[in-house]
Amino acid sequence: MPKPVDTITTGNSLDMDKVRSEFPMLSKVIRGKKLIYLDNAATTQKPWRVIHRAIQFETDEYATVRRGSYRLGEEATESYENVRSEIAKFIGAGSPEEIVFTSGATQAINLVAHSYGRKVVGEGDEIIISHMEHHANIIPWKLLCDEKGATLKVIPVNDKGELLLDEYKKLLSYKTKIVAVTHVSNALGTVNPVEKIVALAKEVGAVTLVDGAQSCAHMRVNMFNLGCDFFVFSGHKMYAPSGVGVLFGKSELLDVMPPYVTGGEMIKTVTFDKITFADPPHRFEAGTPPVSQVIGLGAAIGYLNDTGLSRIERHEKQLLNYAISTLKKIQGLRIIGDAENRAGVVSFTLDAVHPHDVVTILSEEGIAVRGGHHCAQPIMRRFGVPATVRASVGVYNTFEDIDALADGLKKAIRVFA
Amino acid sequence: MSYNNELYQQVILDHNRKPRNFHAIEGAKHSCDGHNPLCGDELTVYLNLTPDQVIADISFTGSGCAISKASASLMTTSLKGKTLTEAREIFESFQKMIKGEAEGEETESLGKLVILKGVREYSSRIKCAILAWHTMICALDEKTEATTE
Ligand SMILES: Cc1ncc(COP(=O)(O)O)c(C=O)c1O
Repeated sequence: MPKPVDTITTGNSLDMDKVRSEFPMLSKVIRGKKLIYLDNAATTQKPWRVIHRAIQFETDEYATVRRGSYRLGEEATESYENVRSEIAKFIGAGSPEEIVFTSGATQAINLVAHSYGRKVVGEGDEIIISHMEHHANIIPWKLLCDEKGATLKVIPVNDKGELLLDEYKKLLSYKTKIVAVTHVSNALGTVNPVEKIVALAKEVGAVTLVDGAQSCAHMRVNMFNLGCDFFVFSGHKMYAPSGVGVLFGKSELLDVMPPYVTGGEMIKTVTFDKITFADPPHRFEAGTPPVSQVIGLGAAIGYLNDTGLSRIERHEKQLLNYAISTLKKIQGLRIIGDAENRAGVVSFTLDAVHPHDVVTILSEEGIAVRGGHHCAQPIMRRFGVPATVRASVGVYNTFEDIDALADGLKKAIRVFA
Repeated sequence: MSYNNELYQQVILDHNRKPRNFHAIEGAKHSCDGHNPLCGDELTVYLNLTPDQVIADISFTGSGCAISKASASLMTTSLKGKTLTEAREIFESFQKMIKGEAEGEETESLGKLVILKGVREYSSRIKCAILAWHTMICALDEKTEATTE
């Protein structure tokens, strides 16, 4: 395996050759076509340094954590807990104790709904989400409402795919217990004004959760500035291994929350009569955690820090603007969502070709994009489409990738003409 | 233009563009709604049988990708006039073919449906091709809803 590249940046912009050389998957050739990976909103490819770090850990440092007091176990625990500290710094959390490792964003939201939600939501209460949520940020709340006799309220969107804040204000009341919204829409790319949404929720005493699955690999996030009570994200969407994610929760909330999953390593003492639970974050990490994946996540955070999120954000913004202007030139192509503030996600349909046929034809050209409802059926319905094609960029995409996408789309149109 | 792709052959593109029997049958004796939750394809199959269990009329409506539409269209043209037993046999052979489990002679009975054979190379599209068929079987079995899940 080649060694990771040390410097991948020059001044304010990214050195794309160096960036791309860090990601082995990008040299993959599928049936004679070079892979053009534009499905980063679904999951991202991994740089060498993440792969290396996980392998190095498994070949030379592996032991389980927070159990054995032998040297190896202690060192593994130290590495694991170091990642927690790195994440706390990365997102501007108050302390590492506010960082809970989960299996992903989905599990993190479920944890909050089951532990915090069950505790505070009662009959007649309300939970507010938005029309553009991923199913992971709809279903746990819907089930909680059904269980408790509470009501799920939905912030509507305008035709550009932006949340209607005035409507949101009308939904807020003393009955609102939780407001859970996505930072960036995985289906439209809209970046929501989450600071404002959080601040308004606070005025009525509601607790807030921000779904950061689509944001934290693409822009700098800061818990202090966002002000939210909970924030969730997944490693695999930020150049880290799958199987690990993060729940950030403010200490004062985590402290009073009952455990969600129970078992080993989340207790202080157990007798058959009485159990006392461990303090957060360990209270919420029952069982053997995905140790190597956490270590890999640590390397991914290092990668993002070294590359620089402001450079990444600028690069992806350029790609987005180029993609929009390039795709708009294609006849019969309709872009879904046109928010002022948006991240590197473009969802669209073609008049003559169904999204799934587009995806199959692009795939023959080596291009990976997603077709479907993106686990966000309500927002698809809002825009009157059963499915879209979605191209989403990451740090390693180039203008040439966008050109290849446009060429592939023209080909699809010709086939179906 | 010519496009060397085993999946999107001219016949399929043609059935996608101009699906046959693409309408509802008023007061159909049998019908069923099918959907593919993976991609949001939705279609309804309508059927009428003669007293001796021959498919007198069959049609479909709905929206979906080219593969699901062409498969539905081809299905209606090949099942009209067939007995129920024959229809079920064709369904079995068709299913085997697109899953890549069929032997040479088994696909012979399928006639022009063989054009959809290319689907077997695209595991994610098999459900698109089979949706209309599951929906047809469900209409015969007098259920009201079919899914590919
Ligand atoms: C906005 C959003 N929230 C939540 C999730 C769920 O993430 P995971 O499947 O990693 O738990 C996703 C993944 O697609 C997402 O895009």
